[in-house]
Amino acid sequence: MYSDKVLDHYANPRNVGALDKSDPSVGTGMVGAPECGDVMKLQIKVSGDSEVIVDAKFKTFGCGSAIASSSLATEWLKGRTIDEALEIRNTDIVNELSLPPVKIHCSVLAEDAIKAAIEDYRKKRSGRNDGG
Amino acid sequence: MKKPIYLDNHATTPMDPRVLEAMLPYYTEKFGNAASRNHSFGWQAEEAVEKARKQVADLVGATAKEIVFTSGATESDNLAIKGVAEMYAEKGDHIITVATEHKAVLDTCRRLEKHGCRVTYLPVKREGLVDLDRLREAITERTILISVMQANNEIGVIQPIAEIGAIARERGVLFHSDATQAIGKVAVDVIRDNIDLMSLSAHKMYGPKGTGALYVRRRNPRVQLTAQMDGGGHERGMRSGTLNVPGIVGFGEACAICQREMAGESARLAGLRDRLKDRLLAELDDVYVNGSMGHRLPNNLNMSFAFVEGESLLMGLNDVAVSSGSACTSATLEPSYVLKALGVGDELAHTSIRFGLGRFNTAEEVNYVAGRVVEVVTRLRELSPLYEMAKEGVDLKKVQWAKE
Repeated sequence: MYSDKVLDHYANPRNVGALDKSDPSVGTGMVGAPECGDVMKLQIKVSGDSEVIVDAKFKTFGCGSAIASSSLATEWLKGRTIDEALEIRNTDIVNELSLPPVKIHCSVLAEDAIKAAIEDYRKKRSGRNDGG
Repeated sequence: MKKPIYLDNHATTPMDPRVLEAMLPYYTEKFGNAASRNHSFGWQAEEAVEKARKQVADLVGATAKEIVFTSGATESDNLAIKGVAEMYAEKGDHIITVATEHKAVLDTCRRLEKHGCRVTYLPVKREGLVDLDRLREAITERTILISVMQANNEIGVIQPIAEIGAIARERGVLFHSDATQAIGKVAVDVIRDNIDLMSLSAHKMYGPKGTGALYVRRRNPRVQLTAQMDGGGHERGMRSGTLNVPGIVGFGEACAICQREMAGESARLAGLRDRLKDRLLAELDDVYVNGSMGHRLPNNLNMSFAFVEGESLLMGLNDVAVSSGSACTSATLEPSYVLKALGVGDELAHTSIRFGLGRFNTAEEVNYVAGRVVEVVTRLRELSPLYEMAKEGVDLKKVQWAKE
C-alpha cells in the first residue's frame, strides 16, 4: 500500500521542527485545513545575498503520504536558491515517492507549502525594503 | 503474544474453532441439499438446518419458523426494508430511520426514495442516541416502517430499542432493527422489545462469512414481505436460493456458544475495554471518547486523538489492526458520517480510531495496544503543527485556514 520511500520518510522524517517565525530571513508557509485532514507547515531560512535556502523545517498533520511529501520537500529545498525551489513540481514528489492517485493531493499541498513559504519570505523582504 | 494484534472485531471476527468443527462434515460427507425431499442426503441437511434455525431463534427470543436464512445482514436489511415497502405499499409509503444507521439500511432507503417512498432520517443527540420525542413526532398515517439499529458499528452506542419498539407497537408501525453488532454481546429479545423484523450476521459473532438471517415475526402481528429474489421459493417463499448448509450450521453453533458464554465474555471484554480507555485518557491529553459510554457495547471504544490524523496513526500502529473514521481511510474520502451526526467536527473525525475487542483478545494484547497508541500519538504530535499551535495557546477554530 505504501512505497518504501513513504514508509522511510514516515518512520524517519527529515527536518522536523520549527524556525523562528519572526526572523526576517525565515519564510513560513502553512497550507491545508484541519477539517480537510491535512495541514502542512513548511519553513525556510534564506541567506540574504545568495537567496540560497540554508535550512528548512516542517510539521505536518496528515496521512503518511502527506508527512512523507513535506519531509521530502524540506530535503530538496536545502541548498537550492529560491528560484530553483520554485521549480519543484508536485509531480516530482509523486514520482519520487511513488504516490498512488488518491494521494496526489498530498504532493500538491507540499508544492503549495513551498510556494507559500517563499511568498512569505519575499513579503518580509520587500516589506523591509519598502520601510527602509 | 502473536502479532499483528486484531482489534477490529466490528469489521469481522475470527471464526471460533468450535464453529468450524461443526461445519466441516457439511462440506464433505453430509453435503446434501436441504431442499431435497426424497433421500437421506437431503433429510440430513434439512435436519442440520432446522437445528441451527432453533439455535439462532433461541438466542433472540424468537421461534424457529420466524428465522429466514440469508447471505448476511446487508441482504437481510434489503429484504426487510424493500420487502415491507413493497408489501405494504397500499397502507403507506413513509419510512423512518436514523442518520447513523449502517449503509445497508441508509442506501436501501435512498433507493426506495427514488421509487416514490418518503424517508425521514432522524438526527441523533450528542451521545449518539435517538431522540424518542423526535421519533414520535415523525410518525404519520402513512408510516409503514421504523428501522433503528440495536448498536452502532462505529461507536457501539446502543439505541433505546425497547422504547422504540413500544412506540412502534402503539402506533401500529412495523419495527425493523439491525442487530448485527449487538447479537452475542448484549441480550437481544424480539418479544421484550416488540421487534417485528431483525437482521443478523454470522461473521460478526465468530461464525462464517456469507451467512445471516432475518427474523420475521409470525404472530401479533404476522409480518409479510415481498420476496426480493425469485426462484425456488425457499425459506417460506421469502428468500429463494439453495441454503448454505455448512454456513447455517456454523451460524447456529456460533449462536449456541454465545448463548452459553455471552454473560462472562461481555463482562471480561468490558473490563479490558475500560482499562484501554482509562489508560489512554490518563496518559494522553486532548483525547475524547465518541458516543455514550453508558449505552454502549462492551467491546467497543471509539476515540479521537486531537491533532493526529487517523491514517497516519494507523500507519504507526502497523502491528495492530484497528480502523479509523478519517477520510483518508474511507472509500468516499469523507470523514465518518456517524461521527458527523453526533456533532463531532471534521477536524476531530479525522483523528478517530475504532477499537473492537473480541473473544480471542487477551489482557496482554490490550495493554500492548494501549502502550503503542500512546507511543505513536506522542510521536506524531511532535510532527503536528496543530499540536504546536494548540500548546502555544492558539485557538485553532479561529485560524483562517488556506483551504484548497
